[in-house]
Amino acid sequence: MSEGPVSARKIKSDPDLPPVAVEEPPPNSTPSKLTFGVIGVLGALGWVMIAIVRGERVNAMWFVFAAVCSYLIAFRFYSRLIEYKVLKPRDTRATPAEKFENGKDFMPTDRRVLFGHHFAAIAGAGPLVGPVLAAQMGYLPGTIWIIVGVIFAGAVQDYMVMHLSIRRNGRSLGQMARDELGPIGGWAAILGVLSIMLILLAVLCIVVINALAESPWGVFSVAMTIPIALFMGVYLRFLRPGKVSEVSIIGVALLLLAIVAGRWVAEDPTLHQVFTLSKPALAWWIIAYGFLASVLPVWLLLAPRDYLSTFMKVGTIVLLALGILAARPTVQMPAITEFASTGKGPAFAGSLFPFLFITIACGALSGFHALISSGTTPKLIEKESQARMMGYGGMLMESFVAIMAMVAAVSIDQNLYFAMNSPVGVNGGTPEKAAAYLNSLGLVTPGGAPLPPADPAMLAQAAKDVGEASIIGRTGGAPTLAVGMSEIMHGVFGGAAWKSFWYHFAIMFEALFILTTVDAGTRVARFMFSDALSNVRGLERFKDPSWTVGAWIATLIVVGGWGSILVMGVNDPLGGINTLYPLFGIANQLLAAIALTVVFSVIMKNGQFAWAWIPGLPLLWDLAVTLTASFQKIFSSVPAIGYWAQRQRYADALAKGEVLAPAKTTGQMEQVVFNSTVQGVLSIVFAGLVLVVVAVALWVAVRAVKAGGLPTTEEPDTPSRIFAPKSFLPTPAEKEVLAEWAAAGKTPTAVGSHAHG
Amino acid sequence: MTTPSSSVWTARLARAVQIARWYARGVIGADAYDRYLEHHQRSGCPAAPMTEREFWRDKTDRQQRNPTSRCC
Repeated sequence: MSEGPVSARKIKSDPDLPPVAVEEPPPNSTPSKLTFGVIGVLGALGWVMIAIVRGERVNAMWFVFAAVCSYLIAFRFYSRLIEYKVLKPRDTRATPAEKFENGKDFMPTDRRVLFGHHFAAIAGAGPLVGPVLAAQMGYLPGTIWIIVGVIFAGAVQDYMVMHLSIRRNGRSLGQMARDELGPIGGWAAILGVLSIMLILLAVLCIVVINALAESPWGVFSVAMTIPIALFMGVYLRFLRPGKVSEVSIIGVALLLLAIVAGRWVAEDPTLHQVFTLSKPALAWWIIAYGFLASVLPVWLLLAPRDYLSTFMKVGTIVLLALGILAARPTVQMPAITEFASTGKGPAFAGSLFPFLFITIACGALSGFHALISSGTTPKLIEKESQARMMGYGGMLMESFVAIMAMVAAVSIDQNLYFAMNSPVGVNGGTPEKAAAYLNSLGLVTPGGAPLPPADPAMLAQAAKDVGEASIIGRTGGAPTLAVGMSEIMHGVFGGAAWKSFWYHFAIMFEALFILTTVDAGTRVARFMFSDALSNVRGLERFKDPSWTVGAWIATLIVVGGWGSILVMGVNDPLGGINTLYPLFGIANQLLAAIALTVVFSVIMKNGQFAWAWIPGLPLLWDLAVTLTASFQKIFSSVPAIGYWAQRQRYADALAKGEVLAPAKTTGQMEQVVFNSTVQGVLSIVFAGLVLVVVAVALWVAVRAVKAGGLPTTEEPDTPSRIFAPKSFLPTPAEKEVLAEWAAAGKTPTAVGSHAHG
Repeated sequence: MTTPSSSVWTARLARAVQIARWYARGVIGADAYDRYLEHHQRSGCPAAPMTEREFWRDKTDRQQRNPTSRCC
């Protein structure tokens, strides 16, 4: 019996046009069943090898199998369930891209190209950093959360938010929150988003600073990205407008040259001095950069940086994937370390629940994506049904990036990992002290035997191999990832002499897109802030984006906001990452809670009560994680975890005139008291704003249940007049429709060619 | 079936390079002006389209007015 095309329905919106939509049941043929059977077996084998068999030598390839097979099954079955039962996309409806096509920002874009575009927009430093820090609890908890989390939470959020935005003319998350939750919920959401952005930017800057401090090579090559971008900007504006590929290739070549030249700088006695910067100095440079970059015209710095970072991002991720496939490293970290239960890990404090789940945000569930999935991609998507491959599929890809970061982190020597990821205040900072500290941790091999003692000479040699003076206490994840990447890559490309090149390549590419995020994020936050200000009587003028003075004032305030948290973090004797990273994770996950709350409210308003668990379950989990974490951060009596307990401990000691380690002076004691106060206040503000949003949503939900559904702000149907397949490969029925368009002599995705006739 | 001759392979290679170029240009957005022109032609708008220089200026100016976030 033939299947597929026979049961497919081809739908026309205009009798004179070929069909614009194909509706068909999920593929159910024998080959498809067989394929998924094989995928299921392979995936199960991967899970058995990493979760049950374990043993002394686990190959990283099993991670790849477990992840990829789980993704394929989830994409085929779970995302389909959401599509068929909850979102029910209709390809007879025109998307915002078709409806408002203007040849500029609204434009139906080939689904495969848009997938790459969307992926490049969501993937950043986040999925590379979180898993590295979470590796301190062993490879297994993080890996399970990355894979299970993305399937049931992260990809669901991205997909559903994108669908809602497509149905609402491509409106942003903030606007949708205001429309669906009313003014109170909407305002709490916008304030939440704004304050969360400030902490995100500050922590990303600390990641960069920890990688660049006292590293003339790193500082030089990252600093060179600025003149390279300026050159590209001028080239594109005046010399050869529109030659984007050409200038990007020139730019990437210059970047590689800057990485190579960094070694010469590091080896030259004078230049070495010039480019060796302390953490506080770097913090001030980045603050100045953030301000200037976000008031300069976009064409001069931001636009060219975007081209560079897209190139580097996609290129590096592909390289890393090839490297892992070729090197197939063996895992050095146990499946679960004792830090999972004791909560005394050096990279971040707190036990597995809830802190693992906020440390790995991007890659499993990232609230920030809701800002990209709403707004940008809906203005470019051809068909409603393509949101599944963009939203759900794109997030699965990002999750895979997180898995690769995890592999890179767990395949480096354990002593090296913990030497890099414990703050200098704790490990002593020198190879000898750090080795003594590592030997006191009681680390074990994956098989459970005591780990051979750490050797100071090895720590010194590891730094020398990558061209750094020291790699001890380089927290923040980026340097660890860079070491992991150089370990994997040098075996495949270049040999041992290339270790330092690959290390600095990885640092450069992380810094490149973090700095791009800082620039773009400051601009977005400034617009949100001006918009909020303009609602205050007497300050209406802030609404006008062309008012330069207003833009500068708003930028100063925004930069001051993240800049002060940044300065606070770099001066913290306890190490900025250790204290601030949890706040970053909580912030990002709270943003996810806001996004999932909006989705949940809409599903309830639609009267789809039976399916409200699909966003409801991840929302409940996310709230449990973030609110427990916030609660512990606010109320825990353990000073390492609770901000207020920390504050009390140092304030009491200060009153008695004592100095507590790792602070060395009274000034540092005061710093700890001040920092923990600010962090405590921020924890309360974040949690409070989210509770307001959730309370409003619950109220909306109760009203919806009573009324049997409520109207939403979904836009009315506009019939579509274009056609495009749903997923990467067209189905047989879709191929037939494409052939009908070809036979009619029409381009299926050309908006308006037939409407104006 | 006969084995494809070398000219067939050259043609296939050229096709693969063409696809790779189309894809890369699309993802980074280098094809924006071509697509704008195509749209302009299709829309039947009587005014002359923007020149390449004008188009890219307009594009970055629009980005300036409507900033979009990059992900962490």
